[in-house]
Amino acid sequence: MMKTSTFLLSALTAMTVATPAWSMSEHPPRFSKVLVDQLELRDSDEGTVLGWDANAWYGGDLNKLYLSTEGERLMDPEHHDEDASTESAETRLAWSHAFAPYWDWQLGWRRDWQPDNPNRDWASLGIQGLAPYWFELDGQLFLGEDNLSELRLEAEYELMLSQRLALVPEVEASFYGKDDDDLGIGDGLVAIESGLRLRYEIRRELAPYIGVHWEKQYGDTADRTRAAGGDPEEASLVAGIHFWF
Amino acid sequence: MKTAPPFSLPRRRFVQGLALGATGLGLGLTSAQLLARQGHTGAPTLTGDTFHLTLGGADVNITGKTRPATTINGIVPGPTLRWREGDTVTLKVTNLLPETSSIHWHGLLLPFEMDGVPGLSFDGIKPGETFTYRFPIKQNGTYWYHSHSGFQEQTGLYGSIIIDPKNPEPHAADRDQVIVLSDWSDEDPNHIFATLKKLSHYYNFNERTVFDTLRDFRHKGVIQTLKDRHMWNTMRMSDRDLADVTGYTYTYLMNGQSPNGNWTCQFNPGERLRLRFINASAMTFFDIRIPGLDMTVIAMDGQPVKPVPFHEVRLGVAETLDVIVEPKANQAYTLFAQSIDRSGFARGTLTPDPAMAAPVPEMDPPPLLGHTEMGMGAMQHGDGHAGMDHDSITMSSMDHGQMDHGQMNHNMDGTNHADAVPFAEDPDNPDLPPRNSATEHAATEYGPGVDMRAMAPGAMLADPGIGLRDRGWKVLTYADMETEDGPPDSLHPDREIVLHLTGNMSRYMWSFNGIPFADAVPLELYHNERVRITLVNDTMMTHPIHLHGLWSDLEVGNGKLLRKHTVTVKPGEKLSYLVRADTLGRWAYHCHLLYHMDAGMFREVRVVDAPTDGDHSHHGTHGEDA
Repeated sequence: MMKTSTFLLSALTAMTVATPAWSMSEHPPRFSKVLVDQLELRDSDEGTVLGWDANAWYGGDLNKLYLSTEGERLMDPEHHDEDASTESAETRLAWSHAFAPYWDWQLGWRRDWQPDNPNRDWASLGIQGLAPYWFELDGQLFLGEDNLSELRLEAEYELMLSQRLALVPEVEASFYGKDDDDLGIGDGLVAIESGLRLRYEIRRELAPYIGVHWEKQYGDTADRTRAAGGDPEEASLVAGIHFWF
Repeated sequence: MKTAPPFSLPRRRFVQGLALGATGLGLGLTSAQLLARQGHTGAPTLTGDTFHLTLGGADVNITGKTRPATTINGIVPGPTLRWREGDTVTLKVTNLLPETSSIHWHGLLLPFEMDGVPGLSFDGIKPGETFTYRFPIKQNGTYWYHSHSGFQEQTGLYGSIIIDPKNPEPHAADRDQVIVLSDWSDEDPNHIFATLKKLSHYYNFNERTVFDTLRDFRHKGVIQTLKDRHMWNTMRMSDRDLADVTGYTYTYLMNGQSPNGNWTCQFNPGERLRLRFINASAMTFFDIRIPGLDMTVIAMDGQPVKPVPFHEVRLGVAETLDVIVEPKANQAYTLFAQSIDRSGFARGTLTPDPAMAAPVPEMDPPPLLGHTEMGMGAMQHGDGHAGMDHDSITMSSMDHGQMDHGQMNHNMDGTNHADAVPFAEDPDNPDLPPRNSATEHAATEYGPGVDMRAMAPGAMLADPGIGLRDRGWKVLTYADMETEDGPPDSLHPDREIVLHLTGNMSRYMWSFNGIPFADAVPLELYHNERVRITLVNDTMMTHPIHLHGLWSDLEVGNGKLLRKHTVTVKPGEKLSYLVRADTLGRWAYHCHLLYHMDAGMFREVRVVDAPTDGDHSHHGTHGEDA
């Protein structure tokens, strides 16, 4: 499964091509950006987990091709009977269109990779942007096979402590419209993930950080996890790097 | 003029770097030859009526790193061209760069084919080709020239033009000195532009922090602070966003010298010096002063104005200003030009003795954008309000976000002109929609490319601008000036064209009326008509707007005009100028901030023969085939 993340990273990189010089008589330029928002090690109960959250875009001011990926992989299992390849990852490819000064809608396709479980494909429809008071918001509705549906809401804020030091709280909630028995997910509120990271920008493009990551499952999903002997709540310390180009 | 400027080490390295690069390209200039040709400006002055200019590349070292520059005759800035009014000049420009290039003669009245804008005037000068420009000189004064291709202007393709008058100079001076201000970056300008598209506040290291908020809590109280911030936070704008590209990447140059290089001009006490300031930077507004020395303006944008004494001036990108100074004492003076956002400065020295220098002033603290810049109602700052607490007027009524739009327009639509003329309308041109007032926002201004619209833009010509209000000394404004000998042309236009300056800071999109150049239709002016152009700045940036080939006669009030080629429009400002469309052809019209221009704040203006149906100019419409 490590191949998945390698593939995704190289796909992200391949999207950045040299920006052509433009004089006003030629076509408008296209740009690209790769943002690895989080690439971090989490000190969790099962062992050290590598987590990532990255996206990339290519295009003009109003229309962009957008690619994102997030996931985690158990690097160093605490118990030897656990499978070191445990990784879950998802990637999303979307067309992103600016419809308001601070807002884009996105239409695309998402694929999940799960160990020992069926991969899932979803159609995605979402809105991304910057809300008043500088909250970065991302809401995505996913419609999958077997009438599965997920609504995911994310918010992030950058609190500047100095010109280079930022405290970044984020929160993400996931809701399912229907049980996904294969994955042990119940309908309703599935989980809330939140994080608080302290980031130092060595340059704007390069910022190591430390922080905490907390994840809690709710409702039917939490019951299923408990029934399987798992812990529906987990907090971990994280250390990682944020970079873009 | 025969003086030996004190070469400091950085300057020597800079010159050597240039010379080596130039030699490498076969231009054959050794550093000794270059030094021998250097005048005060660091650029030689070429005179006559036939000129050979070679556009090439060379390595320069301005910050300690050797970086590629684009050069004219092997140097940055390029040579000063000294012409005579009445002559016809011939300029053979050879392009040795690996890409298309061009030279635009900024502020010159000439046939449009000689104007040097690829795509409008001609095809540009292809690599290895020579283009011959030839045109009669119909004016005099201080101008400049620069590339109009890609971002070559940022990397060094600029130089100054002095045109001596046919008649004797009324402001004879003992010394005549060009002072070219510019901004240099070691970064590739394509990278700067791409960076602004990816993270528009990348270069701003003066952002608000949580500690600023805590300090404001202490000083202003929690409630007031939250109120003050409410509108900024709601609009997702920063009151610290004064410049897109800053001293983080820029080194500000005076005649090609960094502040450490300390460009120096020698004088004898009691002499009368004419300083010709040219802002040849890509993105930087400079606030210029000479502590201890009064300046008297005698010309702006090459055109003589009635003399006005002053202490400080904000010079917009592409503007030029001629001043007289008369230092009497045997002492040195610092020429100090800080950037509008106070992230850096250019500096030089006027001195009777090359061994003497004057102290360099501290930069001012960066100002905060306020009520006025939000376009929530222009206030006439300046002399009359010298004692006013700026902080309190800046932010105190920021919570009036729901202010009655129409009423504000009506009350605050300050105008400097008496004549009401029809607004130009053209159903085929979205720039010319039907209008009830100049401040009304067109439908094209609502969309992802426009992040704000000024609610009550107004007259601000007497406002020195952000950071220069309440200085305690005289700051020169447009309202202080008028063209010498009175209005150079009629005060009465036939019709009025309204353009709103628009943008989206965070997406780094810039446009007129919300329409970028790529989607725009050329604006048509009729040959010899007198048209009023009214600009309304709906952004929080200051924009220097340049119309090629035709004068912009700024209406400064009371029947006075100020003849210009580039007009700086402050945030929240509405101003008007009159244009005589006396030269047929295709002209560029754009914001002279380089990256704004490339992002789309650009129009083609076509001067065409008037339709033959006669009384077109009073219908307020055109473009119909009637």
